[in-house]
Amino acid sequence: MLKDSDRIFQNIYGFKGSGLKTAKSIGDWKNTKKYIAKGRDWIVDEIKNSGLRGRGGAGFSTGMKWSFMPKETGGRPVYLTINADEGEPGTCKDREILRNEPHKLIEGALLAAAAVGACAAYIYVRGEFFREGEVLQRAIDEAYAAGLIGKNSCGSGIDFDVHMQMGAGAYICGEESALIESLEGKPGQPRLKPPFPANVGLYGCPTTVNNVESIAVVPTILRRGAKWFSSFGRENNLGTKLFCISGHVNNPCIVEETMGITMRDLIDTHAGGVRGGWDNLLAVIPGGASVPMMPKNLCEEAIMDYDGLREHGSGLGTGAVMVMDRSTDLIKAIARLSKFYAHESCGQCTPCREGTGWMSRMMERMVTGDMAIDEIDMLQDVTKQIEGHTICALGDAAAWPIQGLIRHFRPEIERRINDRASRLSGQAA
Amino acid sequence: MPKLTIDGIEIEVDNGLTVLQACEQIGIEIPRFCYHERLTVAGNCRMCLVEMERAPKPVASCAMPVGEGMVITTNSPAVKKMRQGVMELLLINHPLDCPICDQGGECDLQDQAVGYGMDRSRFMENKRSVKNKTFGPLIKAMMTRCIHCTRCVRFSSEIAGVPEMGTTGRGEHMEVGTYIKKALTSELSGNMIDLCPVGALTSNPYAFDTRPWELKKTESVDVMDAVGSAIRVDTKGGEVMRILPRLNEDVNEEWVSDKTRFACDGLKSQRLDSPYVRRNGKLIKTSWNDAFAAISEKIKGIDGSRFASITGDLACAESMTALKDLTASIGSTKIDCRQDGTKLDNRNRAGYVFNTTISGIENSDACLIIGANIRREAPIVNARLRKRYLTGGFEAGMIGEKVDLTFSCENLGSGTDTLCEIADGKHKFAKVLKKAKKPMLILGQGALTRPDGSAVLAMARAIAEKYGMITDDWNGFNVLHTAAARVGGLDLGITCEGGVASIVDECSAGKIDVIYLLGADEIDTNKLGKAFVIYQGHHGDAGAHRADVILPGAAYTEKNATYVNTEGRVQKTQLAVFPVGEAREDWTIIRALSDVLGHKLPYDTLLEVRSRMVEINAVFKSDDQATGGVWGKFGTKGELESSAFVSPILNFHMTDPISRSSETMAQCTEALFDEGKRNIGTNG
Repeated sequence: MLKDSDRIFQNIYGFKGSGLKTAKSIGDWKNTKKYIAKGRDWIVDEIKNSGLRGRGGAGFSTGMKWSFMPKETGGRPVYLTINADEGEPGTCKDREILRNEPHKLIEGALLAAAAVGACAAYIYVRGEFFREGEVLQRAIDEAYAAGLIGKNSCGSGIDFDVHMQMGAGAYICGEESALIESLEGKPGQPRLKPPFPANVGLYGCPTTVNNVESIAVVPTILRRGAKWFSSFGRENNLGTKLFCISGHVNNPCIVEETMGITMRDLIDTHAGGVRGGWDNLLAVIPGGASVPMMPKNLCEEAIMDYDGLREHGSGLGTGAVMVMDRSTDLIKAIARLSKFYAHESCGQCTPCREGTGWMSRMMERMVTGDMAIDEIDMLQDVTKQIEGHTICALGDAAAWPIQGLIRHFRPEIERRINDRASRLSGQAA
Repeated sequence: MPKLTIDGIEIEVDNGLTVLQACEQIGIEIPRFCYHERLTVAGNCRMCLVEMERAPKPVASCAMPVGEGMVITTNSPAVKKMRQGVMELLLINHPLDCPICDQGGECDLQDQAVGYGMDRSRFMENKRSVKNKTFGPLIKAMMTRCIHCTRCVRFSSEIAGVPEMGTTGRGEHMEVGTYIKKALTSELSGNMIDLCPVGALTSNPYAFDTRPWELKKTESVDVMDAVGSAIRVDTKGGEVMRILPRLNEDVNEEWVSDKTRFACDGLKSQRLDSPYVRRNGKLIKTSWNDAFAAISEKIKGIDGSRFASITGDLACAESMTALKDLTASIGSTKIDCRQDGTKLDNRNRAGYVFNTTISGIENSDACLIIGANIRREAPIVNARLRKRYLTGGFEAGMIGEKVDLTFSCENLGSGTDTLCEIADGKHKFAKVLKKAKKPMLILGQGALTRPDGSAVLAMARAIAEKYGMITDDWNGFNVLHTAAARVGGLDLGITCEGGVASIVDECSAGKIDVIYLLGADEIDTNKLGKAFVIYQGHHGDAGAHRADVILPGAAYTEKNATYVNTEGRVQKTQLAVFPVGEAREDWTIIRALSDVLGHKLPYDTLLEVRSRMVEINAVFKSDDQATGGVWGKFGTKGELESSAFVSPILNFHMTDPISRSSETMAQCTEALFDEGKRNIGTNG
């Protein structure tokens, strides 16, 4: 278990309030100027060495991402965009950061901006996070008033502005290029890549888009050193991470833990164990709605990091662990997720627009067993027609939960179909 | 020049191309729906997916720029499977109502479903349906058929510059439409029908008429404005069913205006199908011989100075040549083609054509528009100006009416005062022109048909010379015509002292006994006095109403004829259908009449007429070349009136006998031009 003193988010539960005074008391905004003064290359190298991987789900190295930002931009400004459009079902870590530790985010934004040469940060907050947006705005105002950001931020000589923008509640706006489109005032539809935002992003200028958590951990990593951060976790999966444990556990919670903790450990230590005991566990979705589920037998051994979960055909995603015990109708659960993706598809590209609705309807029929056995294979085939063929990853995200269900619980599906068939033939007789 | 390998073939292509374009270069067909070479890349149909080595996912070839050492596969089983998958997904919510869909037979979705799809559907759910939408009188929408490629959306915002189309909703519920129910106001909206790869947007007037395989296709040239767009005339039997654009990069690219496309139903109504002679105040149907006899009676022995001719805006060069020769043989010099009273003359060709050429607009960096509402007068030229504007580094200003030209074009003033300020270098736009490397000006008929037109012309010439618009390799002086026949008429020297106005005045004063109108309908026929009016034309318009003898001629789709567009480009129409009833090709009528009058013209075949045209002006030797002219003196310096310039075209949809007879154009006029003027009483 992670020592309390090693937790980056000292106030994640909000026991101390969210103001600047509290933030300073837990170490935020301490010597920020000093780290900025060390230069952009130092910051990028330090973050690279720390092994921090993007916390938004894709897990791309944050330092690497920053190093892709062009140094010569031909007069164009550079923007930092922070993705606080946390819409992934089961995920609520960024919400807690916005609520309780907004200053970590703002300080992180300043340091990240120094690292990529950005003149301003846009924080795109999910529309439903209205109260959190208020807290963040208050924190931004405090930071401006204290001279921490704005002209000559922290006395570092850097002019840096932070703008907060509320979204309107579309899941797809959490995709980085859709987020940029939405910020520009257009419908939130992902852009084609290339060009990548690092070259052509917000208003056509070089832009880096980072998750809230990725940015919020930056100040602490710089203060305590890359070595400290990389002392946690396994090779290539370093550091600590916020996990959101929800579902059929005794004590659903958000907790910061080292990467590489086992799933069982995580659930038992922090969430009070599975409702009705570990043996009552049916399956876990370990990284938010978009990743395939894992049945209990895989959960025993599973290590909670990027590579550990990939070994089991799933992924760490956002670190949102959704626990389902034996009372769960898994097919219905996945059908609900399918409906979510059909609802949230932006409608731009064919496979996702047409396919999510198709899958959702088939899943609805599957809940009652109203389908033929060979339609299971057909559904699997349809998910394969969508996966990887879309502009953004929403198509993949819609396909994977279904693939996970079919992979691990096909007998359950077949049983339901056969049950219905025999029930109907019984009635007929 | 990156080198890449496509299906094992190594090629070197230009930088900046996409993988799809590279594939096309070596003849590999990539199926696509949303990609169109003249629109921005959307990459949303996903039909063009190909495999790329080292890429984790298949890539959309329409959006992927070529790179050094790329290895692309387009013929693997995986690619085949991808295409099948996308095709199936496109079809699941498509109604598959091909038997009742007008796109059938020329539908990209049909073709590609045959080429790349599966042979059956696995979709067992209910199909989505979309409530129908109305886009005005021209476009018939069946949005259930829409595959959301957004070509129409991109066309309206990029090419047409009237962003009326867009998408609403998301996911399965995404719909393409106009946000609010309204008729499309772009003059180029019909092109969306061609762009639509499925039957979602089809031609409303052409609905349920024919199947494409039943049509005979004839390549021709449009005469609805002076641009001379390349068109294809589709006919069935003796009827023109529809008109489509044909590719001509120098003129219309692949667009045509709505008038060009939709006015063709005017070819079926109000037609003159037989000669008529007025007896006791009434026009009586008669025979050619009878009509010729009636004319002969009036003309034989007439003093040449009491005969005059006016050629109309749709007259072909052949018939104008014949009439010019006939008029001369009668002993008259009074023949003129300038119905609108433009003060242009034919002393210098550079002084009355669009010297820069339409494609040349793309090289210009500043443009001064004088007295022209280009959007109404020549939508295709306007689209080219907008294209130029979109590439950046282009400043435009206009003097005249305050109109929206779909690109940023500052209104500098309304009339000659502003023109003088620019000529004197006092106006701020003068700086723009001075700074520009290739400045151009466009002089519209709104500035030239005024009494001081010749002085405006001289002033425009002075501006062109002062601001470096005339150099060895650049001519930025442009006259924009509105009539298809005008440049041809000027090239043939169909002008006389005083112009059409003096001919009409002499008629009302009784100084002219016989007047020959060759399709001239834009003059005030009430002022022709007691003159004996011979009207030759194809529509029962203003001229025919006043006529004493009517000789039925052929419309532009019914003859092999020569027209010269505003650039001075000599182009030829082709006979697509035969003239209606007794009507004949125009030059043959004049040739036959000349025989009866005893002044037999020296040509019997089309070739002979055309060599006579070359004799008059060597420019007619050229074919599809914008030749322009040598710079010289034209226009006369004089007093300028300070009134504002007014465009000669008020209603875009009705400018000539054909469009005035068109029901479709009447509907457009009601929907767009008379918009807001509510009908009362029994009419509404």
